[in-house]
Amino acid sequence: MNKCTERLFNGLVKENPTFVLMLGMCPTLAVTTSAINGVGMGLSTTVVLVLSNMLISMLRKIIPDSVRMPAFIVVVASFVTIVQFLLEGFVPSLYDALGIYIPLIVVNCIILGRAESYASKNPVIPSIFDGIGMGLGFTVGLAAIGVVREIIGSGKAFGFQLLPLADSATGKAGFVPVTIFILAPGAFLVLAGLTALQNKVKRNAARKGKKPVETASCGEGCASCTNSACGGKVFPAGNEKE
Amino acid sequence: MENNIKMSSSPHIRSRVTSANIMLCVTIALLPASAFGVWNFGLPAFIMLLSTTVSAVLTEYIYEKLMHRKVTINDFSAVVTGLLLGLNMPASAPWWMGALGSVFGILVVKQLFGGLGQNFMNPALGARCFLLISFTGQMTTFIYDGVTGPTPLAMLKDGQSVDSMKMLVGTIPGTIGETSVIAIIIGAIFLILIGAIDLRIPGTYIVTFVIFIGIFGQFSNANVGFFDVQYITAHLCGGGLMLGAWFMATDYVTSPITKRGQLVYGALLGILTGLFRLFGGSAEGVSYAIIISNLFVPLIEKVTLPKPFGKGGEK
Repeated sequence: MNKCTERLFNGLVKENPTFVLMLGMCPTLAVTTSAINGVGMGLSTTVVLVLSNMLISMLRKIIPDSVRMPAFIVVVASFVTIVQFLLEGFVPSLYDALGIYIPLIVVNCIILGRAESYASKNPVIPSIFDGIGMGLGFTVGLAAIGVVREIIGSGKAFGFQLLPLADSATGKAGFVPVTIFILAPGAFLVLAGLTALQNKVKRNAARKGKKPVETASCGEGCASCTNSACGGKVFPAGNEKE
Repeated sequence: MENNIKMSSSPHIRSRVTSANIMLCVTIALLPASAFGVWNFGLPAFIMLLSTTVSAVLTEYIYEKLMHRKVTINDFSAVVTGLLLGLNMPASAPWWMGALGSVFGILVVKQLFGGLGQNFMNPALGARCFLLISFTGQMTTFIYDGVTGPTPLAMLKDGQSVDSMKMLVGTIPGTIGETSVIAIIIGAIFLILIGAIDLRIPGTYIVTFVIFIGIFGQFSNANVGFFDVQYITAHLCGGGLMLGAWFMATDYVTSPITKRGQLVYGALLGILTGLFRLFGGSAEGVSYAIIISNLFVPLIEKVTLPKPFGKGGEK
């Protein structure tokens, strides 16, 4: 597996920001009331993440270590402003639905986390793929939560009426939406349920004799690695490759 | 001779009071209220109680089988949860709604947190609030004698007068188990006599509530004076206060274990219930008051931890 596809796999599966790293919980819980909002939020974040990873990786030898956080914020905020104006201009409905969470992408911990732990230490091309992988992982996570919440909470998927609704006025039998799932508590329930599900799937895969997921394709040494679950078992302290 | 000496480690004396005994007593104590509910609302009430109880027990059984845990349906705790949820449902709601609530209460609120003794809030009330938020329409529509009418509490909130005598007996619209104060009190007296609950939590709850309503009732309703007896009686007999105070606030798992803590807990319940009823958006607030107070229980216990003999004092 070469470096770029490894970064994609890392972001989508191994260190999925939503279900494994548990980063960016604020937009995850708040905007996933429908699948389309989840995808919109995920893709906006992906665009910002790829561009900021690229620029920060280019500037990584120029930015002094002591002021790196303000520098990262300036880079990220510029891209967020661009994305915000583009959304407002071309998809105003999505812009209205996402609301305050678009400007808040600036302080999304996935973006700052990737800048800090990957892009500021690695070359440009892997950083771009890292951004794509993490962004798509985030998008997939949000879309999954959004689809589940939308189906249970309103019987729709991506805006299409999937399950015919019951109508008490005419006595028509059908699906009665469980409204709590498109309200705040539903976000927590669905997030916990899906996280448990993916842990189960990964554990089953590991038990069947595939490579243990946690240690797969760890070739960077611990300094650039964000996997805190590993705890230095793969490369014990002092044996890092760097 | 040596066979007479039985060697074992402590405990040597065991109490005959077990979880199963207590839960069985609670079930028996709930029977008057259930029977009255079925008499009052007819067959739909019976179907609702049956559906919530059966699905609560089934959920517990299936989950524990799947997870290879010890099956604990014999301790009656699932029966109590199911029955309490059923008593908290309007009879006009469809039976599957009660079943869904039971599944949520047992599976999410109780079993996922570790089963009996580990749940952080009352499963029956957790389930009721889940249903209340999900299906607000069906959960707050009360049909009595074929007529959809407001509950006495809703009428009170609108400033209308209510018949306290009817509320005492229970021939009013409401959820299945909450309407008859007399039937609930019979069950509560039974529980107090056998020692399953004591007066500390329900007593402080009701006293605090009365004081709160007495003082602040006039700010919510212009026709009510300071400590208006009729208004207070109506609030005491209306809604889920009695059922909540005697059967749900006293749940062993989700109430404080320390004696001072139980007083704090009861007072918190009274204040929250009064606050929700007088100034909240809906007429009823007992279930939210209880589950919010449930969340405070660990903190209350921490603050009211009794000092061991000899600790503290003058130095």
